[in-house]
Amino acid sequence: MGESQKGDLHLVALTKTFGAFTAVQPMDLTIPQGSFFALLGPSGCGKTTTLRMIAGLEAPSAGSIRIGEQDITATKAHQRNVNTVFQSYALFPHMTVLDNVMFGLKRRGDKDARRKALEALELVQLEGLGGRKPAQLSGGMQQRVALARALVNRPDVLLLDEPLGALDLKLRRQMQIELKRIQQEVGLTFIHVTHDQEEAMTMADTIAVMNQGVVEQIGDPATLYEQPRSTFVANFLGQSNLLRAKVVPGSPREGVALVRSHDADLEVAVDHLPQGASDVWLGVRPEKLRLGESGGPNRLRGTVRDVSFTGVAIQYIVRMPWGRELTVVQQNDGSARATLGEDVTVSWAAEHGFALDASQDADAGAMVEDDV
Amino acid sequence: MNGIMNWIRRHLVAFAALVVLAYLLVPNVIVAVFSFNDPEGKFNYNFNRFSTDGWTNPCGTAGICDAVGLSLRIGLTASLVATILGTMIAFALGRYRFRGRSGTNLLIFMPMATPEVVMGSSLLTLFLMMGLPTGPLAILIAHIMFCISFVVVAVKARVATLDPKLEEAAADLGATPFQTFLRVTLPLSAPGIAAGALLAFSLSFDDYIITNFNASPSSITFPMYVWGASARGVPVQVYVIGTVMFLIALTVVMVGQLISNRRNRQVA
Ligand SMILES: Nc1ncnc2c1ncn2[C@@H]1O[C@H](COP(=O)(O)OP(=O)(O)OP(=O)(O)O)[C@@H](O)[C@H]1O
Ligand SMILES: [Mg+2]
Repeated sequence: MGESQKGDLHLVALTKTFGAFTAVQPMDLTIPQGSFFALLGPSGCGKTTTLRMIAGLEAPSAGSIRIGEQDITATKAHQRNVNTVFQSYALFPHMTVLDNVMFGLKRRGDKDARRKALEALELVQLEGLGGRKPAQLSGGMQQRVALARALVNRPDVLLLDEPLGALDLKLRRQMQIELKRIQQEVGLTFIHVTHDQEEAMTMADTIAVMNQGVVEQIGDPATLYEQPRSTFVANFLGQSNLLRAKVVPGSPREGVALVRSHDADLEVAVDHLPQGASDVWLGVRPEKLRLGESGGPNRLRGTVRDVSFTGVAIQYIVRMPWGRELTVVQQNDGSARATLGEDVTVSWAAEHGFALDASQDADAGAMVEDDV
Repeated sequence: MNGIMNWIRRHLVAFAALVVLAYLLVPNVIVAVFSFNDPEGKFNYNFNRFSTDGWTNPCGTAGICDAVGLSLRIGLTASLVATILGTMIAFALGRYRFRGRSGTNLLIFMPMATPEVVMGSSLLTLFLMMGLPTGPLAILIAHIMFCISFVVVAVKARVATLDPKLEEAAADLGATPFQTFLRVTLPLSAPGIAAGALLAFSLSFDDYIITNFNASPSSITFPMYVWGASARGVPVQVYVIGTVMFLIALTVVMVGQLISNRRNRQVA
């Protein structure tokens, strides 16, 4: 990738308002040609609205959409070389599977429609089912027909609006792998909308995390996970322990800064610290924390309040003297376990922490597990 | 004891269905049987002697085939026009929000709710005021008017169940608005439109009261003919035509069922 290509999708200050409500705040995005891009965010954050604007099914209130150099903002849905896999599949119930898949090709007068459609059905492993009606297929099969129907047109951009939402967990995992394989095979640009962070991380090259109509952060899955830039991203992608801390001037070592949290001096990598910040949330992922002193120079003492065994790992809840509870996840690798009520030391390395501006809500984007 | 109760319970629905079916069909069977009668005297009320005279010579009574022809022409034209207009109204009401929508929704029911006598007489008044002579044209306009309501109701019920996402999907796949209508919207609403058209035709073909108000001495429709004849004695030909109409209706309904069955279970 690197330099700009002919088929890159550019969203420039793209905005959508419904009356007084702004569903999508001015959004600037560049999605490179051929990439698997995920749009991740909680329900109602404006993912579908963004996709519908790209597809031409919803007119933007402001801003523009370009594919390469071509501005498509003012064109109608049927004039755009963009196809959508709808969340509800939206297969034509009165047509056979094959007719569904040929629909787009026939509109463009493709002489080879039949052969291409059969090939597409083969790609999604539905060969031989072309004569059926959609109602005679299972949910997973319908989903694949919807995919084939969109793919077969070789669009500049393929939009997938939570296409796996209706599937059960097992089929979902299977389809995730399938989708990724197909994307690599045909090399089209995929924009995959989901509110499942695991799905986004396993599939996408690049993820944009959206919240209330705003893109909070864009990056590859590892960067988003290791260096979230907001408490929302830190909590929405996986779990985070956040400690209130003040930046202490001076540096103990090259590339490391000091922060003080509840009388403890803690190290954090300088490039994980927002510039010019004085009050911060210091974040560490549960699996980066160690019980005992093997984790690194950062140490806090607390009491084990809860131990839960999940098989591959053990999750501890450790309460700090000031009341905050930290979640620690240890691999079940045979090392000694802590018991309930034991006083323990929790440690971690400087490069495993990240600091976020303290003006944010520490619980933004956190899953309310009790409700699930 | 228990076994008998169970047997009755299990077959009650089938039994009730048979009774209702018989209740519905007996009049038609009588008409069919009496179409083979050779009545004694003018009235075809007692089965006298088997004869196929009525069937071999259906136009044998003066004016009957003219009346059937006129009814067919009015019925076909009225149902065609009413189906086109009614379908458009149904789509407008079902799909778009506009000023006066709820008012239109209500007014559409008026012809169904108004007593036919009232409507027939007021239409006659209107036509006379406008200088439109009674006769086939006046009848046709009146029929289109009340048929539209029924078409709208039938089509609107179907349109309400259509998923708007399907039309979006068609547009997304490159279909122009016209292609989308032709290939997605229309085929999916076809059952409703067909039901509306059949209903309109049978209502028009059957109508006596409104027709009678707006007819001229030379525009005698089939129901008017039968009504007029019944005072003087109903010819066998009326029974023949009645039976034919019933058989045609039966065929249409059965073909419709067959098509929709095939649509629903088509395995590769
Ligand atoms: N046609 C509309 N009129 C008014 N408000 C709308 C309309 N469409 C969407 N919205 C609002 O815009 C916001 C974003 O909606 P959108 O469908 O894009 O969310 P989403 O991120 O796709 O959510 P989900 O994950 O639940 O599908 C929501 O608050 C929704 O209520
Ligand atoms: Mg959505």
